[in-house]
Amino acid sequence: MTSISERRLEQRPPLEKIMDTVFLWAARISALAIAGVLIWIITLVFIQALPAIGQFGLGFLFKSTWNPVRDEYGILTPIYGTIVSSLIALLISVPIGLGVSIVLSEDYLPTQIQRILVFLVELLAAIPSVVYGLWGVFVLIPFLREITPLKGPSMLPAALILSVMILPTISAIARDALINVDIGVRQAAVGLGATRWETILLVILPAASSGIIGGIMLALGRALGETMAVTMLIGNSNQLNVSLFQPSNTISSLLANQFAEASGLQVSALMYAALVLAIITLVVNMLAQIVVTQLQKI
Amino acid sequence: MLSSEDTINQTQAVLNAENVDIYYGDFLALKGIYMEIPKNKVTAFIGPSGCGKSTLLRCYNRLNDLIPVFKLNGKITYHGQNLYDQDVDPVQVRRRIGMVFQKPNPFPKSIYENITFGAKINGFKGDFDQLVEESLRGAALWEEVKDKLKQNGMSISGGQQQRLCIARTIALKPDVILMDEPCAALDPISTLKVEELIHQLKEEYTIIIVTHNMQQAARVADYTGFFNVRVTEEGKRQGYLAEHDLTEVIFQNPKEEATKQYVSGRFG
Amino acid sequence: MTSEFISEQFDPGSLKKNTKDPRTLFGLIMSGIAGTFMVMAIIPLIIILLYLLIQGISSISPSVFIELPPPPMVEGGGFGNALLGTVIMVSIGALISVPIGILAAIFLSEYSGGQIANWIRFATNVLSGVPSIIIGVFAFGAIVLTFKTYSAWAGGFALSILMLPIIIRTTEEALKLVPQEVRQASVGIGANDFQTVLFVVMPAAIPAILTGVTLAIARAAGDTAALLFTALFTQFWPNWENKLAEPTASLAVLVYNFAIVPFKNQQALAWAAAFILVLLVLLTSIISRLATSKRQF
Repeated sequence: MTSISERRLEQRPPLEKIMDTVFLWAARISALAIAGVLIWIITLVFIQALPAIGQFGLGFLFKSTWNPVRDEYGILTPIYGTIVSSLIALLISVPIGLGVSIVLSEDYLPTQIQRILVFLVELLAAIPSVVYGLWGVFVLIPFLREITPLKGPSMLPAALILSVMILPTISAIARDALINVDIGVRQAAVGLGATRWETILLVILPAASSGIIGGIMLALGRALGETMAVTMLIGNSNQLNVSLFQPSNTISSLLANQFAEASGLQVSALMYAALVLAIITLVVNMLAQIVVTQLQKI
Repeated sequence: MLSSEDTINQTQAVLNAENVDIYYGDFLALKGIYMEIPKNKVTAFIGPSGCGKSTLLRCYNRLNDLIPVFKLNGKITYHGQNLYDQDVDPVQVRRRIGMVFQKPNPFPKSIYENITFGAKINGFKGDFDQLVEESLRGAALWEEVKDKLKQNGMSISGGQQQRLCIARTIALKPDVILMDEPCAALDPISTLKVEELIHQLKEEYTIIIVTHNMQQAARVADYTGFFNVRVTEEGKRQGYLAEHDLTEVIFQNPKEEATKQYVSGRFG
Repeated sequence: MTSEFISEQFDPGSLKKNTKDPRTLFGLIMSGIAGTFMVMAIIPLIIILLYLLIQGISSISPSVFIELPPPPMVEGGGFGNALLGTVIMVSIGALISVPIGILAAIFLSEYSGGQIANWIRFATNVLSGVPSIIIGVFAFGAIVLTFKTYSAWAGGFALSILMLPIIIRTTEEALKLVPQEVRQASVGIGANDFQTVLFVVMPAAIPAILTGVTLAIARAAGDTAALLFTALFTQFWPNWENKLAEPTASLAVLVYNFAIVPFKNQQALAWAAAFILVLLVLLTSIISRLATSKRQF
């Protein structure tokens, strides 16, 4: 018996061994390709941006001229617009998203209805950005013109649409964090005579805070880089306007508008702008990931 | 069912279950409970798993309200007031009837804040430092943690956490303390400390303790209720109160055959 | 029961609900606010879906699927070329990202539990947060500049990078759900590693993996920013003779282009195309819901 099984072991075709190795390496290379792509993206954009970096240096970030005729470029207005539109969007969607996540994690509604609502909120995230833009152009802007001094595309509709688009990110991650809070902690608070909202505000929210902050940061990352809807609604003006009813610009909409028709130094300037956006969103996303993974470890 | 009714009625009943049926959805989990809980005594609930003893315990401070499918028929009165009347606020009930859980569940906050939490939400206006010291002393924990009150409540040992949870409960100055297998997650030494604490606490509080450990029931309880399970005609398991009496009667001279078998370790 | 004694120290009324109690009141107000927010979150969705339904259906006829986009002010026409372009580019994207994504996920769940896997996971999550416009810029630099032409290939390449993280994440989750016993059983009867993964673990996870691929396809089909200056747009059919190395139309870019023109007939086509895109998203979301609710294990 022993000799037979030994013979069988030896008989394993060498092809299978090779297959094993090939397969392992294919998997390994594919996995490393992910990190590779990330590095490739940054390197390529950086190299393409080099001429503009050499020409304008850091001053690029603080000038608001964008003049392809005289090849003078600065992205102060888009940076301002990117940050302001994202912050306004957060200002609106953080409280609403938290409210949604609380309603959908408490026992206010029957499970069936809760599940449908969770699905609907997730659907908000799945609708393509360009469809939000289309709707904003034909429905939101005309509506806002009725009730505000708004004349056309400007900061306000762009920020409003952004807030709708990032809401699901906040509410989904916050809801996960709230649900994952140990049931024992909730029972302890309730057992001590805390009302529902005392339990939520004093115990559950603090315990879930790192997940919630991670979700808000992911949403911020999404808002900073969001392109189509913003491009269609913000008006794409390089004039620095503080008023929310005036057109503005973001880095992503600058890219969307000008890239296809750009040439020469303008391409490099746009690459520089893309590099700035990439770095900002990468940093925000990495921080968010770190916060969220910290949460999962606990 | 209460065979030594005279003995129990010599003290006052704080809590009184009258013909209580407990449902989860359509499922009748616990049927026909009549039970009086005497003041300033320790009452132990024992019985095999699934007999509903923990479920009943959580009815006394309406903690089962957190379970959507839970339903209770009958009356549980507290000093004569039915806790399940429409107009009773469960928040007020829980403030008077505190609870200690099976798994120690301190808040992820400092030891100090763990104690003051209940007092704060209930509008306590006195000296918080004094309250913290009193409560921790009351739970025999003060000497061990007095130098680390700012530390996270989750950072101390399991036994200390459980006593912190008891301290947190007595900080509210409740009337009754419900304990759901408070030593299940603790080592023998910590268990002993908590049991000693229970002895001290009954001077001031009425205590109900659910336990799987019969020696523990025998050691700490003045009265013991034995819950049993029967299988209904539809094949479902249904809990009921088999016998409720002085602890020594339950352990040495029970009326029911099932009780005798259970306390002698022959099933369960 | 000596109730006389008890009534001296205990007032049953103190247990009663009191709507004027500030704590109760506070809870009611907060619940009201949270409920209002819930409604506010759903309203935009309903309005958008309603508009799409009304505008989209009224603009859709069989001819829109097969005809070319019309010039301004000319009735009729369709987005046949854009539909085909989207199908081509999403297919290219899937052909690149599905094998790489699945292999990467297999590496994460089957071959590595260590620090490298955590780094790859981290990179995957970060990649999924990279704005699609940046991916468009990248594909422009990597493909368009290299081959000196806008093409369906550049568009498909950009879409594949968008799809990768989605496929990796859903596949890894699907593989993790396959119980360890299944692997042990396979290894126990003498299967090689790749046999175990390919013939035992993968088949068990296939429904969930397909769901992930579907989600990735829906996401890619709706993405515009990655195509704006990789595939660009054209009024014409995809050119097979030129091996697709020409600007290629897509539904998403068509919506963008026709939304910002003042011509009613083109705007109507934008709504119709948007309706198709959202229908696709809706269908895939529902399918993925159904597929994941019926887990194999």
